[in-house]
Amino acid sequence: MFRDIFNLKSVGPLVVIFIILLILPTILPRFYTYILAVIFVTALLAMSLNMVVGHGGLFQFHHGAFYGVGAYTVALMLTKTSLPVWTGFIAGPIIAALTGLLIGAFCVRLTRLYFGMLQISLGSLIWAIAFRWYSLTGGDDGMHGIPMPPIISSQNSAYYFTLIIMAICLIIMYLIFKSPFGATLQAIRDNPERCEAIGINVRRHQLIAIVIATFFAGIAGVLFVVVEGSVFPDLLFWVFSLEIFIMCLLGGWFTFAGPVLGAAIMISLRTFVGIYTEYWTLILGIILILLIFFLPEGVWGYILEKFGRQSKEAIEGGSK
Amino acid sequence: MLRVEEIHKSFDDFKAVNGASLTVEKGELVAVIGPNGAGKTTLFNLITGQLKPDRGKVVFKDEDISKLPPYQICGRGIARSFQIANIFPRLTVFRNVQVSVLSQQGKSRKLFYPAEKLAVKETNSILESVGLLDKAGSTAGSLAHGDQRALEIAIALGNEPELVILDEPTAGMSPEETTATMELIKRLADSRGLTILFCEHDMEVVFNVAQSIMVMHQGLTIIQGEPDEVRNSSQVQECYLGGAEPC
Ligand SMILES: Nc1ncnc2c1ncn2[C@@H]1O[C@H](COP(=O)(O)OP(=O)(O)O)[C@@H](O)[C@H]1O
Ligand SMILES: [Mg+2]
Repeated sequence: MFRDIFNLKSVGPLVVIFIILLILPTILPRFYTYILAVIFVTALLAMSLNMVVGHGGLFQFHHGAFYGVGAYTVALMLTKTSLPVWTGFIAGPIIAALTGLLIGAFCVRLTRLYFGMLQISLGSLIWAIAFRWYSLTGGDDGMHGIPMPPIISSQNSAYYFTLIIMAICLIIMYLIFKSPFGATLQAIRDNPERCEAIGINVRRHQLIAIVIATFFAGIAGVLFVVVEGSVFPDLLFWVFSLEIFIMCLLGGWFTFAGPVLGAAIMISLRTFVGIYTEYWTLILGIILILLIFFLPEGVWGYILEKFGRQSKEAIEGGSK
Repeated sequence: MLRVEEIHKSFDDFKAVNGASLTVEKGELVAVIGPNGAGKTTLFNLITGQLKPDRGKVVFKDEDISKLPPYQICGRGIARSFQIANIFPRLTVFRNVQVSVLSQQGKSRKLFYPAEKLAVKETNSILESVGLLDKAGSTAGSLAHGDQRALEIAIALGNEPELVILDEPTAGMSPEETTATMELIKRLADSRGLTILFCEHDMEVVFNVAQSIMVMHQGLTIIQGEPDEVRNSSQVQECYLGGAEPC
């Protein structure tokens, strides 16, 4: 039943990219392999945010909070309990999604900007817990040297693990994007009032979208721990949430794959420009301004606009 | 089928709807007429739940629906269109209607099935009946005004409603487009067996279409009756059809 969605023409290039990514660690220096793995984690995170921002039209301003909850959950379970490792890996996304359900249930009652503001305050509350509760979370130092099971403890195996989980998650997200749920979510983004009038329980739908998105953010949080072996409160700081938001805008928030590109650009910039300057937030601000004025549809949106109307329609869910 | 009883709605101190009543029988084509600002849109918003009445009742199939949220009212079998095009601008024309059909079929929350395979026949049939089938693949926001108005109606039809409420379906149209739209509405009522309630500020447009006409003025129902009855009513003559002087 998915044959039409995954036709050879669109899947072919992706398979090639995937194979290249499988080979890369054997030829790249260690540092670049690490950066690539960070890009995968962040791309998954940005994609999960875009489900609610780009396709759902919600002002999810503090998505980093759920990422952090996922990361802290697995870190705490691996260091403070003797439960089997895999329970921690599963608990991460589940606790993130439950947090999403709790915070989302309050937020969906509000409109637009108020939604975003309430979310920043509630998310910052979680940040404050991670930041202040020294005995549990290690406060602003965070937690380091979190032990990983041997099978994913080497840098290359962590890379492959991250790549494969990310790929699976992106496929699932694509199926959701193409489903009636995804179509309805995009309709809500375009016009919530009209959706109510055609019989859709808008708040319920938005809440489900938030739970799904925060679940994937939790998975990204777990992968972060796999790659870095540590957690720290900056993961849940609102500035980082802003960065993820910009990744979506930068890549193209009305497209499906845009945020992956946005994450790749932002991580590369932060890594290579960050070496030369301390004014990373200043650069962020400049990127944002340039975006708003010159690329309102994002980089990927711009590329699709210029070079492939056809494929854009395919991505945005045309009738054919 | 639908009964609105002495309904009231104020915005701050302004009484937009001030004791309006209305009856719609099954299978009827009912028009609400009144000049701009008479409160027609507000009345419709009260019926379909976008606004809550201060006083009065909305009874649909023997149930008071005046306290239900819009999505539940839609679920009871009332669909509506809006005066100002209220579509999904970034989605295709096809998808605009399909989302509505999916909602009707209870499939809006289906997660792992390609949407493009669902409700295709129903959606295409609706697009065909409003004359938009050839534009199914276009982005809705790029349609011409007249086509957006037709899409408005098509989205409402997607719900397979028992009662369709159309808020000034001819708003902003040329006389030719207006005639065409009225014919479309008549055709839909006949071919799909729909009960239709619509409003209009130009009285002449509705006389040979509607079976029942309700005249509204300053938030108040002046009369409801058959076209001839309404035309001959002295009150309506005075107030509305009369001279240039509106009362
Ligand atoms: N949300 C609102 N807030 C304040 N006044 C409103 C609102 N909606 C409508 N009105 C006022 O109520 C009156 C009736 O408006 P409306 O129902 O749109 O009339 P109609 O559709 O017959 O032209 C108008 O004078 C309008 O200015
Ligand atoms: Mg009006």
